[in-house]
Amino acid sequence: MSKLFEERTGTIPALAETPASPSAPRRMTLNMGPQHPSTHGVLRIMLELEGETIKLAQPDIGFLHTGIEKECEQKTWQQVVTLTDRVDYLANLSNNLVYALAVEKLLGIEIPPRAQWMRVMMAELSRLNSHLVWLGTHALDIGAMSVFFYCFREREDILRIFEMFSGQRMMTSYIRIGGLALEPPRGWEKAVGKFIRAFPSNVDEYEELLDTNPIWTRRTKGVGFLSLEDMLDLGVTGPMIRAAGLKWDIRKSEPYSSYEKFDFEIASRTENDVYARYRVRLDEMRQSARIVTQALEGMPEGPWQADAPHVVLPDREKMKTQMEALIYHFKIVTEGFRVPAGEAYQCIEAPRGEIGYYIVSDGTSKPYRVHMRTPSFGNVQALPVLLKDTLIADSIAALGSVDFVLGDTDR
Amino acid sequence: MIHPAILETREALGETTLFADPSRIVELCRYLRDTGKFVRLSSITAVDWHPSEPRFEVVYLLHSIELNRRIRVKCRLETPGSGTNPEIDSVTSVWRGADWYEREVFDMFGIGFRNHPNLVRILMPVDWEGYPLRKDYPVHGYKYSYSKE
Repeated sequence: MSKLFEERTGTIPALAETPASPSAPRRMTLNMGPQHPSTHGVLRIMLELEGETIKLAQPDIGFLHTGIEKECEQKTWQQVVTLTDRVDYLANLSNNLVYALAVEKLLGIEIPPRAQWMRVMMAELSRLNSHLVWLGTHALDIGAMSVFFYCFREREDILRIFEMFSGQRMMTSYIRIGGLALEPPRGWEKAVGKFIRAFPSNVDEYEELLDTNPIWTRRTKGVGFLSLEDMLDLGVTGPMIRAAGLKWDIRKSEPYSSYEKFDFEIASRTENDVYARYRVRLDEMRQSARIVTQALEGMPEGPWQADAPHVVLPDREKMKTQMEALIYHFKIVTEGFRVPAGEAYQCIEAPRGEIGYYIVSDGTSKPYRVHMRTPSFGNVQALPVLLKDTLIADSIAALGSVDFVLGDTDR
Repeated sequence: MIHPAILETREALGETTLFADPSRIVELCRYLRDTGKFVRLSSITAVDWHPSEPRFEVVYLLHSIELNRRIRVKCRLETPGSGTNPEIDSVTSVWRGADWYEREVFDMFGIGFRNHPNLVRILMPVDWEGYPLRKDYPVHGYKYSYSKE
């Protein structure tokens, strides 16, 4: 069995060596992952080493491939929302949002301001959630353990807010085609307000914990350089590219869901190392807190679902008195709604970079094709260039600074 | 954007789609990157229109940060005959980032990319049979169980 498997898959042993020759020094092949803790999931990287220097890094992905794109073609349009949650467990609301925006583009329906603002608020809370997990685990990789506990304390508050809104901590499916899944719960302003007022001082706390730690600064400054040209060429997006000096944020350049009404700045740095990426993400957390505060203070009143009876499920009370509502309910539940034939590409700024959904409809109640352009896929592709000629110890810091989620890479 | 390799231009929902001649895709992409300033390749994907012909559409999603503009380039590919895969030239010489996207399209649709540096499956195991995102591929795969040798 194992021999056959090796022949078929070309598996290499965990450790192999090429002896030194007059033309080249001794090379060792080291298999990192797929269970290595600092690869944050099931990423396997084959490293070719000369001493402690990485000469060749070859990522191997696909361990978490679940065929989500194929499954999308079997579900009705609204059911696919639950699958988009499962693409990226840290940015599920961003995935909900981009899918809903893409389908709404094809449907041509208008989303009321309250739902749009609520979407912005949820997407920003999801960015905070993602950056907090990133900061905690990245610091843990480099050896600063206590930051992890601080970050997860705040993350727990965010998950409680998500649970309050949708009934779920992680797989929320809160943003649906045509608006939101549920009416915002009673007392949400108080819960979000309490969290967001305390949050900026928490960010200062993380900053103080890490910036006064000499081990942290030495292990991150000047490590993990990747030039801006390489990033653009290899398809890197998100905080990585902003830490290389490019002020490009889809929230500003192609505003969606009324982001143009919010006042925030694009966080960017020019050092282009692991430390700069950490600073960019910290600043992004502060900006996200600003956006959430603005959303909280200026939340418009009005409906939280679009006025599109053929898409949005009717109110339970209306169903008891109005025949049309009952008919629409029956049609949406049994068959699903139809989306006009056509194609659309919608992208948003997710915590990790550009998420884009390319959606093709053939006019039926199921998607014909859903392609997910996920940020982690593009970012992991840059690993061979990022890790070349670095030390093994630095590679852990460099890997962490990319901030990938393997579910997002493999889909 | 005018280039002899562009067969047709369509505007829909505020998005631009260029239909291109598949035999001149590399030339067109290089032109779009250098003259059109579409420095970023956002993604490459494909759509299977089985059973109609031309069956496959390879879709290139391009983005220009400088112009703040996105376009889509599409190439239609005929099925060459039973048992063989359609082929198109690889654009890895234009954007290095095309590497994994083309491997994914090869893995999922069985579209070959000529002159690709390492065209092997990326998400599925290397010994997998069939191309999962084709419309004639069943959702559960060709076999019921994969556990036995």
